[in-house]
Amino acid sequence: MRVNVTVNGEPRRADNVWEGESLLYVLRERLGLPGSKNACEQGECGSCTVYVDGVPAGACLVAAGQAEGRDVVTVEGLAEGDALDPVQESFVEQGAVQCGFCTPGLLVAAHDLIERVPEPSDVEIREALAGNLCRCTGYEKILDAVRDAAAKKALR
Amino acid sequence: MSAPARSPQELQDTIAGGIGESPLRPDGTLKVRGEFAYSSDLWHEDMLWGATLRSPHPHARIVRLDVSRALAQPGVHAVLTHEDVPGENVYGLKYQDTPALAGDLVRYQGEPVAILAADHPEIARQALKEIVVEYDVLEPITDPERAAHDDTLPKLHPGGNLVRHQRIVKGDPAATADVVVSGVYEIGMQDQAFLGPESGLAVPAEDGGVDLYLATQWLHVDQRQTAKALGLPLEKVRLTLSGVGGAFGGREDLSMQIHSCMLALRTGRPVKMSYNRLESFFGHVHRHPAKMYYEHGATKDGELVYVRAKMYFDGGAYASKTPVVVGNGTTLSVGPYNVPNAHIEGWGVYTNNPTCGAMRGLGAVQPTYAYESQMDKLAAALGLDPAELRIRNAMSEGSTVVTGQVVDFPAPVAELVQRVRDLPLPPEPTGERDIRDLPGGASNTTHGEGVVRGIGYGVTIKNISYAEGLDDYSTARVRLEVIGGEPVALVHTAAAEVGQGLVTLQQQIARTELGLTRVSVHPADTSVGDAGSSSASRQTYVTGGAVRNACRAVADAVYALAALRLGRAVEGATLAGGKIVAADGEVVADLAELLGETAVEETREFHHRKTYPLDPETGQGDAHVQYGFSAHRAVVDVDLDLGLVKVVQLDCAQDVGKAMNPDAVVAQIQGGSAQGLGLAVMEEILVKDGKVRNPSFTDYLIPTILDMPPMRVDVLERPDPHAPYGVRGVGEPPTISATPAIANAIRAATGLELPRVPIRPEHITGT
Ligand code: FES
Ligand code: FES
Repeated sequence: MRVNVTVNGEPRRADNVWEGESLLYVLRERLGLPGSKNACEQGECGSCTVYVDGVPAGACLVAAGQAEGRDVVTVEGLAEGDALDPVQESFVEQGAVQCGFCTPGLLVAAHDLIERVPEPSDVEIREALAGNLCRCTGYEKILDAVRDAAAKKALR
Repeated sequence: MSAPARSPQELQDTIAGGIGESPLRPDGTLKVRGEFAYSSDLWHEDMLWGATLRSPHPHARIVRLDVSRALAQPGVHAVLTHEDVPGENVYGLKYQDTPALAGDLVRYQGEPVAILAADHPEIARQALKEIVVEYDVLEPITDPERAAHDDTLPKLHPGGNLVRHQRIVKGDPAATADVVVSGVYEIGMQDQAFLGPESGLAVPAEDGGVDLYLATQWLHVDQRQTAKALGLPLEKVRLTLSGVGGAFGGREDLSMQIHSCMLALRTGRPVKMSYNRLESFFGHVHRHPAKMYYEHGATKDGELVYVRAKMYFDGGAYASKTPVVVGNGTTLSVGPYNVPNAHIEGWGVYTNNPTCGAMRGLGAVQPTYAYESQMDKLAAALGLDPAELRIRNAMSEGSTVVTGQVVDFPAPVAELVQRVRDLPLPPEPTGERDIRDLPGGASNTTHGEGVVRGIGYGVTIKNISYAEGLDDYSTARVRLEVIGGEPVALVHTAAAEVGQGLVTLQQQIARTELGLTRVSVHPADTSVGDAGSSSASRQTYVTGGAVRNACRAVADAVYALAALRLGRAVEGATLAGGKIVAADGEVVADLAELLGETAVEETREFHHRKTYPLDPETGQGDAHVQYGFSAHRAVVDVDLDLGLVKVVQLDCAQDVGKAMNPDAVVAQIQGGSAQGLGLAVMEEILVKDGKVRNPSFTDYLIPTILDMPPMRVDVLERPDPHAPYGVRGVGEPPTISATPAIANAIRAATGLELPRVPIRPEHITGT
């Protein structure tokens, strides 16, 4: 089948898509956007989180066909040109990235949280990111990064 | 054939910062932009997808294997079995006992039996179902203790079912004491659960060889094992590290290396393999489960008199790192304590359970849980404060460990315990509590009634680097040249960046040693000498040492060049700010001018000081290079009715010798502690009759951000005079000491024995 989807603001088309393919597969293998990660492909780890029509979703659980006509934003779409989004900047600066495999999904989830709740409390951050597994950091620096990003965004 | 699209990037960087500072990672921006090329992101025009058929049985004879139907599927390009392994069908880290593809016997559930390559991953998956395998199912051997002693069991390997037995005898093994406590402790099978799947891309080369781009911990050991199975000379099997999504020991053994290369060589096309999460649970080795019998004897004043222990490590189907687990487990068996008399025995065995091998804290996690449980039991028997008992027995510089080795470097164990004990405690809960802070959290299972609080300690000793006589070294090549009018250093090693921050550290060392700002890190590959493994907390020490040595050789070459130009030697020259500075502070040359078009390049190795094998009878010997120490204090709340646990706070004090990058050190301690927390209360691969019950992130639980409590980290720097820059390996100790601290805190809260981790609700409620 053919899937038409807007990705990071650009209309994109994928041909010869198999019925069983996920949005994640289409993004990574057909559209050349490997930023969203394939850690579990079971909807458990959050590494593949992207915005679908403005709402964060696990791209591994979205069937390619379901993405037809939707507006998708991936981690590759968070920065504007060379300018990183504050969450991206803060993740680098606060040492919240180690292996970084969880990072793209966490960035989308954290970006969404700060959009919705400009000054999140620690408990709110923890609840919002509870669906994103990270095996390396122990999360402490991720908390630091989200706090820092919220503060940065408030200033902009 | 060309390199894959999205191949590993050279890490350029302009972030300043030398040793002791905390510059940012050079790969950080790539990672947050989603542009960093992990091994599962690799892509090549014309590539095929590889897939693996695995045994559903833990123990079976293969009586028929027919791949013809699978091969006939449209879109399938090759289907290969053990008969197609071009070289020797056997590999292994310590013992050569693991087939690349099973021959007539499978020894664990998930053992690879056949591989194939197809146009699309889905075609590959469907085609696997067309491979016909008839098994004669055999009774699995699953009890490690029986496997160690019962000679009537069938032999899983020609040499029997024992991988290694090690005895350690110190002082009077039959010593007696006033106060004696004993216990039997068990630890479940933990998984590394790195997020980036096992994956890579094999590209066939014109010369009949193959280029493999992959995520691993040790390129050269993979190269050696893969080349042997492919029947190719080493130089025809070239490996390049691509982005690694965590490792923690789980990437020390081979997974898709030989398979992807076999398929690429057979089809003449690039072949990508990427495991899904289910397959990942079968595709890598796990932490050894263990059963440990311990007895501690002490004087009435609380001085340890003896330790006697027997420990059984379940190695599963193949040896992997089992010999090292037995070595580490026994030599570290009494912990960071002075013990005059000991009798320790450890067995590592083959069974038909999943294969176990390396995981963070290798071989030390198991005994630490046991001896730290014992220390609390002993404190209770003596009426002593648990921290006080530990301080009273703490080893220190000059102590003799259980193998007779004298510790000739700082060992501030008592201080670590004191420091972690003295950190402020969280406030005692009063009044109405936010349910999200209580055990059970937002599921609203309690409002504080039935919840009790406990405090516990865990202290550990872990050996750093490879032990027992191995010449464990690393190699670094450093080139200095002028680019854009500025001196730039390029560091090239084969050392694997697995997330720990080694790339940052390589830059810090080069900046410090060469007195310049711009340092790039070349992708790690096998075109430079061996760096050894990114494991055993050894890379900062060993590869750090090699980069330092190479930089110093480059500096010497530069001084020689300057002497030639100036017509005189420069007294006490150093490099700073891109200039050569004499001892008296005089700037004698500008690097950019001096070098001009010339590039200076030097390659150096670093070998750590010698270690020695253990005496097979007494277990005495200077087996270890260096030790790392850490102490944790955990505060937990336990809901006695439901058995739910909330870790309220987890604090750590650790000696790192020298904090090369203080922020990264703290991050390692936090991350390691989270894995220790996981083992304490949630992480276990459940195995029944040799079969894994929970191979998914739905059922194998790792800590989330809701499970991790706030942490205070107190970093000590007591330089080791024998180590480069005084460093002490950092990565493993925090994982090890976190688990018993939490287990001891749960015991303190509940008064229960709890002789097994992970501690589950039913262990607390007794249901
Ligand atoms: S990869 Fe989609 S949730 Fe894990
Ligand atoms: S940084 Fe490795 S999984 Fe989060």
